[in-house]
Amino acid sequence: MKHRGLRVARMAAALALAGAATAANAATEVAWWHSMTGKLNDIVNQIAENFNKSQSDYHVTPVYKGQYDESMTAAIAAYRSGNPPQIVQVFEVGTATMMAAKGAVKPVYQLMAEQKEPFNPKGFLGAVYSYYADTQGHLISMPFNSSTQVLYINDDAFKKAGLDPNTPPKTWEEMLPAMEKLKASGAPCAFTTGWQSWVQLESFSAWHNVPFATMQNGFGGLGTKLEFNGPVQTMHIKNLGDWVKKGLFTYKGRKDEPLAAFTSGECAMITTSSGSYANIKANAKFNWRVAQLPYYASVKGAPQNTIIGGATLWVLNQKDPKVYKGIAKFFTYLSSPEVQEKWHADTGYVPITLAAYDLAKQKGLYTERPGFDIAIKELTNKPPTANSKGLRLGNFVQIRNIIDEELESVWSGQKTAKQALDDAVKRGNDQLERFAKANQ
Amino acid sequence: MEKRVVFDSPWLPYALVAPQLAITLVFFFWPAVQALYQSLLIQDAFASKTQFVWFDNFVTLFHDPHYLASFRVTAIFSALVTAIGLAVALFLAALADRVIRGAKVYKTLLIWPYAVAAAVAAVLFVFLLNPTLGVITHLLRRIGYDWNYLLNPGQALALIVIAAVWKQISYNFLFFLAGMQSIPKSLIEAAAIDGAGPWRRFWTIVFPLLSPTTFFLLVVNVVYAFFDTFAIVDAATSGGPVQATSILVFKVYQDGVQALDLNGSAAQSVILMAIVIALTVIQFRYIERKVQY
Repeated sequence: MKHRGLRVARMAAALALAGAATAANAATEVAWWHSMTGKLNDIVNQIAENFNKSQSDYHVTPVYKGQYDESMTAAIAAYRSGNPPQIVQVFEVGTATMMAAKGAVKPVYQLMAEQKEPFNPKGFLGAVYSYYADTQGHLISMPFNSSTQVLYINDDAFKKAGLDPNTPPKTWEEMLPAMEKLKASGAPCAFTTGWQSWVQLESFSAWHNVPFATMQNGFGGLGTKLEFNGPVQTMHIKNLGDWVKKGLFTYKGRKDEPLAAFTSGECAMITTSSGSYANIKANAKFNWRVAQLPYYASVKGAPQNTIIGGATLWVLNQKDPKVYKGIAKFFTYLSSPEVQEKWHADTGYVPITLAAYDLAKQKGLYTERPGFDIAIKELTNKPPTANSKGLRLGNFVQIRNIIDEELESVWSGQKTAKQALDDAVKRGNDQLERFAKANQ
Repeated sequence: MEKRVVFDSPWLPYALVAPQLAITLVFFFWPAVQALYQSLLIQDAFASKTQFVWFDNFVTLFHDPHYLASFRVTAIFSALVTAIGLAVALFLAALADRVIRGAKVYKTLLIWPYAVAAAVAAVLFVFLLNPTLGVITHLLRRIGYDWNYLLNPGQALALIVIAAVWKQISYNFLFFLAGMQSIPKSLIEAAAIDGAGPWRRFWTIVFPLLSPTTFFLLVVNVVYAFFDTFAIVDAATSGGPVQATSILVFKVYQDGVQALDLNGSAAQSVILMAIVIALTVIQFRYIERKVQY
């Protein structure tokens, strides 16, 4: 009993102290809603904590608000009820929705200029910057976690099939004999892909410098129409469909589910997010490596550059302008080379600035982890064109669902590649029209 | 004999029903009215621009062949979930009613699944039946059956029906068991003395006397299949392959919550509401006549 009394007294004292501390500082609160789980959540908390320790005027509080779609819905609901968070993390497919809402969002370039924080657009990785910039080249949201698509191969399966893992297939033309040999050697699944719409159509189009949609892939405004049913994409989807029939490509699901088929050793190759590096490293019980995303040597100009996926931080308009200073200072801290290099090394996401990339090189990160820089090399392969800056499409969540459905109809043999892509374009355009109508 | 209770005070009866009425109004009627109103608008996600468009959202829906196709899927899904869910629960309850030793353990185990969240139930079955990792998949492969619900529409539908039924069986079981236990033992004993076997006793005595319970469960299960199953679809198949498991309520959830098209989603939920109201009216008018209270 005595001990308990003591403990209560101690707790009360601690609480009183904490109360006094906050009263003395009266730091301005910056709420940061995000969707990072597990280890990533810990790292996010650590970044905020380090920032809070570095100064005493502002206090950043990270709050996990569910998956990407959930936190975005929550932030919009909070905005509609007049009490938005200061910063919200939004996935790349939500970009057009966020951007169309004029007056709800504070563009980052404007924020940094108003608060006189140092900000150099040229210091960012081109393909990261361009995805979130408007047509005048102004950055609208702050890049945070960005990844791109790479090919992972199972070295052991390659050796068993008589292939040399030191020279992974560079092109889709080389992929075919590799898959055939893997299958002949008894591999239950030669090749699979994660995020089929993102890898095999969205980034595929950029990588081959062909348009995904009109008006610079939607960057030009609301009147955009899809056009990913061109000859290059149709050829590729037709090939994939043929490979399903031959048992070379095995379909394992729409999103990240196929990764388990690679880490378990079932599939010998996978094209998926570069952000899966840590997961594979933790779970694969065989030798593996990262290789560049394959391209068609027959397509002129390929490879161009891949596009990113991931999320950025959006600043919602605030009633009290005092808080903007704190947000701007936090962004400066977040994009500093040290923080970015650590984030890159800890998570596998690409660093958002060239300075952080240089720092990682200096520290020898890429000699220690071969292939860790392939994602950055793909993104910076060539300066982004109108076809490879990124995608800016309204109702993109629905469009991806439509693409998933239509691709499944190719894999199951219900439709030809041409028919499925034409249907996906037609249905997707209805979604774009609906979005344009709502945002006139 | 007049059994009616008469209140002395004119306002007391109203005061007594007021809390119930208030809850119904706030939590049921207000959202329904909101959905009706939202379905007539087109807004951007932030509601910064609002247009009143009358029935445009409905016109768009009924011009979409994929939306119309999901009516068929929903009808098949709901019929299967209700029929299988009731049949299996009735069978289990009939057995539990006869068990003497270990009856409590048996009943408790049967009630457990009800406490499992829908999404968790789906994930559980996905683990058992996953084309890559599933335990049952491996067994099926061994006997030469190719199980891959990622590309086979029939198997995908079977997966979500199994998960949805499994989750609802406990509920049905509880009501059936309670219904059976309230049937007077003397009736069954009399029939037994007259020489009726267990099968005959069940169909001529127990089943007719259970009809109020069965009817209640029919209504509840139809509503469950129509409204409460989106989490199962979301976690197991996301509506695929192609659109094989895209049931109406899943589309409401997907378009509204995941894709932020609140007005299109509201229009869909109004349609869904109309269907369920119609179904309930039909059930009460035509099936209830066969019920013996």
